[in-house]
Amino acid sequence: MERPERAAAAPDAQPRANGCSSAAHGALRNGYVRGLPAPDTKINHIVHNGGLYKRPFNEAFEETPMLVAVLTYVGYGVLTLFGYLRDFMRQWKIEKCQNATEREEQKDFVPLYQDFENFYNRNLYMRIRDSWNRPICSVPGAKVDMMERVSHDYNWTFTYTGKVIKDIINMGSYNYLGFAQKAGTCQEAAAKVLSQYGAGVCSTRQEMGNLDKHEELEKLVARFLGVESAMAYGMGFATNSMNIPALVGKGCLILSDELNHASLVLGARLSGATIRIFKHNNMQSLEKLLKDAIVHGQPRTRRPWKKILILVEGIYSMEGSIVRLPEVIALKKKYKSYLYLDEAHSIGALGPSGRGVVEYFGLNPEDVDVMMGTFTKSFGAAGGYIGGKKELIDYLRTYSHSAVYATSMSPPVVEQIITSMKCIMGEDGTTVGKARVQQLAENTRYFRRRLKEMGFIIYGNEDSPVVPLMLYMPAKIGAFGREMLKRNIGVVVVGFPATPIIESRARFCLSAAHTKEMLDTALKEINEVGDLLQLKYSRHRLVPILDRPFDETTYEETED
Amino acid sequence: MDFKSMKNYIYWLYCQFELITCSYLMEPWEKLLFYTFNITMLVMVLYTAYIFVPVHISTAFQFFLHLFGSQHENTVSIVK
Repeated sequence: MERPERAAAAPDAQPRANGCSSAAHGALRNGYVRGLPAPDTKINHIVHNGGLYKRPFNEAFEETPMLVAVLTYVGYGVLTLFGYLRDFMRQWKIEKCQNATEREEQKDFVPLYQDFENFYNRNLYMRIRDSWNRPICSVPGAKVDMMERVSHDYNWTFTYTGKVIKDIINMGSYNYLGFAQKAGTCQEAAAKVLSQYGAGVCSTRQEMGNLDKHEELEKLVARFLGVESAMAYGMGFATNSMNIPALVGKGCLILSDELNHASLVLGARLSGATIRIFKHNNMQSLEKLLKDAIVHGQPRTRRPWKKILILVEGIYSMEGSIVRLPEVIALKKKYKSYLYLDEAHSIGALGPSGRGVVEYFGLNPEDVDVMMGTFTKSFGAAGGYIGGKKELIDYLRTYSHSAVYATSMSPPVVEQIITSMKCIMGEDGTTVGKARVQQLAENTRYFRRRLKEMGFIIYGNEDSPVVPLMLYMPAKIGAFGREMLKRNIGVVVVGFPATPIIESRARFCLSAAHTKEMLDTALKEINEVGDLLQLKYSRHRLVPILDRPFDETTYEETED
Repeated sequence: MDFKSMKNYIYWLYCQFELITCSYLMEPWEKLLFYTFNITMLVMVLYTAYIFVPVHISTAFQFFLHLFGSQHENTVSIVK
């Protein structure tokens, strides 16, 4: 569908970008444009959209090559056939059944274990299970020690050989700013607080568990984010799943991104509100849903919705994509809805001074109604926080399940967060924090550029420290994990059901603690393993997503 | 040594086959079963091709020769 008002701004040969799809191109993956119009078309990153984006937004998801998709399905087909064969043998007692079954006396009762649902688990996951749950025995910094284990019955049971594999380069921990350390100012401060307060609190925040350390932490978090007030919880998952029910209820509408984390999905379902899903990072889809919600209201009664809440994340950890926050905020203001931003991975990792995705785009923190984040990733601790207006946080202190029933955070953990946050803000008198943030940005750019040059398919935004490398075939998931461990590099591989069935990937998490030498070693090994397993699928047909010409008042409808 | 690099290359090709068909993940007896089935199928296809393809090609060749040959008034002899 042509856009006449944009014909002046964009020449005819401009590829459709930023999640638009058109019938002529067929089904497009969101955010990806297939087929350049001409090889000599100049692609420039001029900001077209009236100043919403102050910097170019480079996000790309290269399409799965057709041959690779077919071969992946072939692989899954073979495994399914063998799965049926093994299940048949287990049923007829030709082979010993090693997963959970009922006792002989209970065979005639209603079945306890749904056998077919675990088909994938028994027949595929078990074969490659040694790539997960690996026990580490040191602090998960840039290098980590791992306990060696072997399996003699094809991953049903493991035994430890007793050996410890030392100094594995850690590309899997969410250690973005390198605060997972066993020596240094954070550790000393935490040790002092441990000797002062002990480890346990033995109460909830509402009863006797509100320490002065918690108050100090919350004031600091509010100052860090630039909001009026903040509250901290002991567990990041529980922050989402227990606080969304306190904010919305029946009669409210939740608009949630397709690829939101399980904690957001669980919180949305527990609240009892109506949930509608918009396509991943697709602002046209979001606007269509908002328009429909305002125009049609609630399903049967046609009353207006009590509240409309948009749930997005700062960085999506499986795709490595960054939310289009300026556009979301513009939409939120236009349609008068609320925004809940989950900055689990982006706090500390984005932005020139590590304040997260709001600072990365140069926006006002007051525009985001509920800013949620976790302390697990960039601060080297555990827990989550919610920041916002004072009335909101005071309300949550009384009505949130997590505040009322969950045990409060342990004091040494709180001290770790306080010290690391002060370090990032520069209030401890050194420039260590700023140096770390810059080191992370440099590492991200370098690593992503080198991987793309080698020819791997890498998803996501150029600036995100989460780097998913596509593997696709099920045997390569197991092979990649094992080969990298043989070369002393620890990676996290992900398959179904965390990702779509053919799009399995290896996910690298970069850290400010990685030196250039470590990254070079890792890149050399990845290159070798990529050649060995033939993972270099990229045909360099990716089109960097341009800033779509944005007209503040209209989004035209597109067929998706 | 040409043979060494050739051997390495063939081994690498075998590894790719293993990865694509997921026989890399199978237990030895499953691999045996899988390869036996595949090789049997392959041998049967090749044998069928060996028996039938020359006959079919010569029949097709005869047919086209007859089609174009009748224009030149040649005597067409049927060769069995």
